[in-house]
Amino acid sequence: MYMLSIKNIHANVEGKEILKGINLEIKPGEVHAIMGPNGSGKSTLASVLAGREEYEVTEGEVSFLNKNLLELSPEDRAREGLFLAFQYPVEIPGVSTTNFIKAAVNEKRKYHGLEPLDSVSFLKIMKEKMALVEIDQSLLSRSINEGFSGGEKKRNEIFQMAMLEPKLAILDETDSGLDIDALRIVANGINKLHNPERAVLVITHYQRLLEYIQPDFVHVLYNGRIVKSGTKELALELEEKGYDFITDEVDLTAE
Amino acid sequence: MIDLTYFKEQFEQLQLEDADEHIAAIRKQSFDTFNKAGLPTFHTEEWKYTGISSLFNQTYAQIGHTITAADVAALRMPGHHKANELVFVNGRFDFSLSNILSSDTEMKVLSLKDAVNGEYRDLVGKHLNKSTEYIKDGIHALNGAFITEGVFIHILKGKIPHHPIYVYHILDSRQHHTLAQPRSLIYVDENSKLQLTETYVTLGSSDSFCNEVLEIVVEQNAIVEYYKIQNDTANASQVSTTHIRQVGRSYVHTVAITLNGGIVRNNMNLILDATGNEAHLYGLYLLRGKTHADNHTLIDNRKPECFSNQLYKGIADDSSTAVFNGRIMVQPDAQKTNSFQSNKNILLSDNATINTKPQLEIFADDVKCSHGCTVGQLDEEALFYLRARGIPKEKAEVLLLQAYSADVLAHIKPMAIRAYVEKLIYEHLSIV
Repeated sequence: MYMLSIKNIHANVEGKEILKGINLEIKPGEVHAIMGPNGSGKSTLASVLAGREEYEVTEGEVSFLNKNLLELSPEDRAREGLFLAFQYPVEIPGVSTTNFIKAAVNEKRKYHGLEPLDSVSFLKIMKEKMALVEIDQSLLSRSINEGFSGGEKKRNEIFQMAMLEPKLAILDETDSGLDIDALRIVANGINKLHNPERAVLVITHYQRLLEYIQPDFVHVLYNGRIVKSGTKELALELEEKGYDFITDEVDLTAE
Repeated sequence: MIDLTYFKEQFEQLQLEDADEHIAAIRKQSFDTFNKAGLPTFHTEEWKYTGISSLFNQTYAQIGHTITAADVAALRMPGHHKANELVFVNGRFDFSLSNILSSDTEMKVLSLKDAVNGEYRDLVGKHLNKSTEYIKDGIHALNGAFITEGVFIHILKGKIPHHPIYVYHILDSRQHHTLAQPRSLIYVDENSKLQLTETYVTLGSSDSFCNEVLEIVVEQNAIVEYYKIQNDTANASQVSTTHIRQVGRSYVHTVAITLNGGIVRNNMNLILDATGNEAHLYGLYLLRGKTHADNHTLIDNRKPECFSNQLYKGIADDSSTAVFNGRIMVQPDAQKTNSFQSNKNILLSDNATINTKPQLEIFADDVKCSHGCTVGQLDEEALFYLRARGIPKEKAEVLLLQAYSADVLAHIKPMAIRAYVEKLIYEHLSIV
């Protein structure tokens, strides 16, 4: 029933508790948005789900497609169909983007018992997906993200997502550092990939990406917990009033 | 304890058998140095991090070999059908196994003995064994004490040979421990070009030790491209000295690749002995197992306005050891010298060791010299990025190490050799 089910997750970074009991359930086809002020734990949640080793989960469980996600290596999570679009995609000089994506696609195929794609089929699929996210061939023949602008890096993330066709895409502040044109292209790419079998988890600080990607649910993360959930109207309310109207209330209750 | 009387007997016998007076004199002088200096120990500054005395705890056979043309065929490098192939077996140049394609109007290949007894008498007399001015240790002298059946190559004035030179050092350790002491002198004449690739192959599971000295003299407007590929077996050790003297304004480009081996010591000396010389030195060592690789470079700027650049990179995994010692000398006359050096290392294991040491000795006041060395680890962020796309950790590491190697490999100009090295590296890194 649920594609992703997060139950009471607590996580530490360098001994400091950042996530303090997160609960979240996502069904296929749904779009969820997690919003929250800086330092609330949004990116930590994305990292924990993707399997970053420096994040220590101290309590709780996560199931993804009926598997215990926390027991899987980062590569197995990816091959199971989880995709993290990085907030800060890494530059990797010397590794060609095309070769890297081909290796990633074929590793996933191998994991699912499929033959690797030959070069012709791979290029054909690549051409289709390139059009989808309006990315240029010249970028893909360069080393991974090397010398890419902020917008190009984000577009490359969405392109990789298109190539890997994940079940669940987690977009970690994909809108940060994008001008309005790039934002529109990235959002269009995401929308075109969205279908009833796939779910999307959008992590963002601002409401503006949500003008392009319509979320079914909006959650506010504050101080390591989801303090409020609602529909897309909640995002508009946040935009209008700022986070204070929620955080003040939470802080008050805490006292 | 090392028994050096073995070498004394061998030396005396060689002096009787091979009586060319000029070479015999070099041998005599070298043997005296060897006797006096002995083998280098950890107390010798230049050998502080590399011990070779363990290589002398056993006897090496100096007997004939049974290498055939078929053996050679099995280990040829790509592009060989268009290359002059020179084969040394157990340190001795073997004409019958070699294959010279270039005509003698471009390049002459002779045994050292023939060279010294013929038209090249004065030239060889002038240039052979000049490396002893810089390297005075016993192991270098040991090579000089046993010069026999070495090779002399002359790239003729104004010639750019169509065919590059491949040198194979084959050590036949199928029956006995093998000691090889190859010796070569290459004279790169004015306006000519040398492209040379050297590789080392030990056959059999007994130990081998190759103590090589290669001297190259580069004249006005000449170009040298030199590639060294060391991917021998774990029982194969070597001390490999390349001594290049740029006596005319010229251009030298070298790349040394060290993958597998026992104890490997490279001395790469560049003597910039004419105004405006240019030299580029690159090195890449990817060490696993117990391999010990030591790259010692020396750039001696003797004349004004010379330029040199060095980039040596490497990794040390398992319980391997990497040593880099980069010495740059700028003599009082060498004003306007530009000399740069960079050594970058990645430590992949708690049991591996890296020693890196720049050594600048500057006696002129108008120079630009820089050096830098780093020891780091694989970029964890990059590794996670690749894994987060479904690439398993081991493969992701190989990808990153290949990428790390790429800026050195880009300097291997012949495509056949570069592709060959890339393949060797992929195989070397992929062994789990």
